[in-house]
Amino acid sequence: MTIDTLRLTAEDAARLVREKEVSGAELYAAYRAAIDARDPELHCYLHVCEDEGGDGLPIAVKDVIGTRGIPTTAGSKILENYVPVYDATVVKRFKSHGLRILGKTNTDEFAMGSSTENSAYGPTHNPWDPARVPGGSGGGSAAAVSAGLAPWALGSDTGGSIKQPSALCGNVGLRPTYGTVSRYGIVAFASSLDQVGPVARNVRDCAYLYSIIAGRDHCDSTTVDVPETVLPEGEDLTGLRVGVPTEFNEHEAIEPGVRDAVQRAIELCRELGAEVGECSLPRSVEYGLPCYYLIAPAEASSNLARYDGVRFGYRAHAEERLEMYQRTRDEGFGDEPKRRILVGTYALSAGYYEAFYGQAQKVRTVLIREHAEAFERFDVLVSPTSPTVAFELGAKTANPLAMYLSDLLTIPSCMAGLPGLNIPCGLSDGLPVGLQLIGPQLSENTLFRVGHALEQAIGFDPVPVRLR
Amino acid sequence: MANISREQLLHVANLARLELREEELERLEGQLNDILAAVSKVSELDLADVPPTSHPLDLVNVWDADEPYPCLTVEEALANAPEREGNYFKVPPGGA
Repeated sequence: MTIDTLRLTAEDAARLVREKEVSGAELYAAYRAAIDARDPELHCYLHVCEDEGGDGLPIAVKDVIGTRGIPTTAGSKILENYVPVYDATVVKRFKSHGLRILGKTNTDEFAMGSSTENSAYGPTHNPWDPARVPGGSGGGSAAAVSAGLAPWALGSDTGGSIKQPSALCGNVGLRPTYGTVSRYGIVAFASSLDQVGPVARNVRDCAYLYSIIAGRDHCDSTTVDVPETVLPEGEDLTGLRVGVPTEFNEHEAIEPGVRDAVQRAIELCRELGAEVGECSLPRSVEYGLPCYYLIAPAEASSNLARYDGVRFGYRAHAEERLEMYQRTRDEGFGDEPKRRILVGTYALSAGYYEAFYGQAQKVRTVLIREHAEAFERFDVLVSPTSPTVAFELGAKTANPLAMYLSDLLTIPSCMAGLPGLNIPCGLSDGLPVGLQLIGPQLSENTLFRVGHALEQAIGFDPVPVRLR
Repeated sequence: MANISREQLLHVANLARLELREEELERLEGQLNDILAAVSKVSELDLADVPPTSHPLDLVNVWDADEPYPCLTVEEALANAPEREGNYFKVPPGGA
């Protein structure tokens, strides 16, 4: 039988293999054929693997996730020849379920960016319109899933790197509650924020992949015990309290087409039986972005200190050691990591620590409190995921601050360690609009339930129009 | 309003072990000042009584069983070394 990788869900693919309609080898080969056909245009993958046999589903893996024996570059020249000698815990976990790696997907360098244009290996293109970005940093994983180049994928999210590309590519992405998924073996960016999560074609696949990777890991002391995942069914939202935070839905940066699609989805919540009410998180949007762009660079400046040319990664030639460090890092890092290392080092340096990093940590407490207060009245909060649909390549590369605004609405909940789910909720100018669902810590099952109900009611076709 | 001088930028770059070339300094200096001006917004809030958050989870003292488990071999640990000598990572002499 023909395998339509653009439409096949992971759940259906698993059933086809189980019922012996297709073999594991045929399934893997179908995705490889799709990659050969479409990836030269889209550049989702930095490295493509060979089938090592078995019946498990194929999966794409963001290139910040360490894979034993398979190059892991984090989109950086400084890790160009790095081949991990061990698997990240999430990779071990999905391998124990039989999943097979299709390849490593493109990312902004060290996951720093919102368009995948900061990759040292060139940008990924949006499958809905190749002149546009797929979002970032996990643009490779999101674009691969939407273009039928993988049934599902893993991404990582620090301030929106799973949800925002899923929004711009029209698929489902979960940033899990901080601490539910191990980061052992992941290239670290900002450790109080980094999370690994699934990208999928629908909410049930997303929930299933989450159930495979989530759980406590003795190699990551920040992991916690996780409630059992319930695969969502049904469309009824009776009894659910949906909050609509004013500042997240009426910000001036939100495009009219995005606002309209999200408003229709909110109306659908009501029709499905939910109680919908407005609320206010007055400081979360306004101060979330500056708070994030102090804390994340501060942590990055510390995490990226390990790239010194000594134990692994690129080394520049120099006669003397200090010169070797400095030249290695100058030649190995691109502009965005350099900007963040410099901002972070400055914010942590003597004389500036209290005013910048210390103050940002206090703002973080304010954001946590505002969200906690909203969750006394509501089970989920809804808003656009991204203020805009996919923008054109090059549109924001010269202005880092304009690029940072892409994560305006995803950042606040990340700062609070909360889970967030993106689902597509319609089109604006022929491009996908993403709806963001935020819940309290460990409320993934609620997000899956709401996301699935809305997904059924909206009936969004996740296949890019030009590929149908 | 934060404003980073060329001298401060060179100092911070040295702390971060980044050798910045002249054309990079030109480009980054303006961008860094724009970024610092934007993030300085956090100072608008009076948060004298608010405790800082370093981590979003309420975890204190996470213990693991005191049992050995397999770790990397010497060869694995050295597999990605840019340069080695015997069982050591080799680096150029001198400096900080």
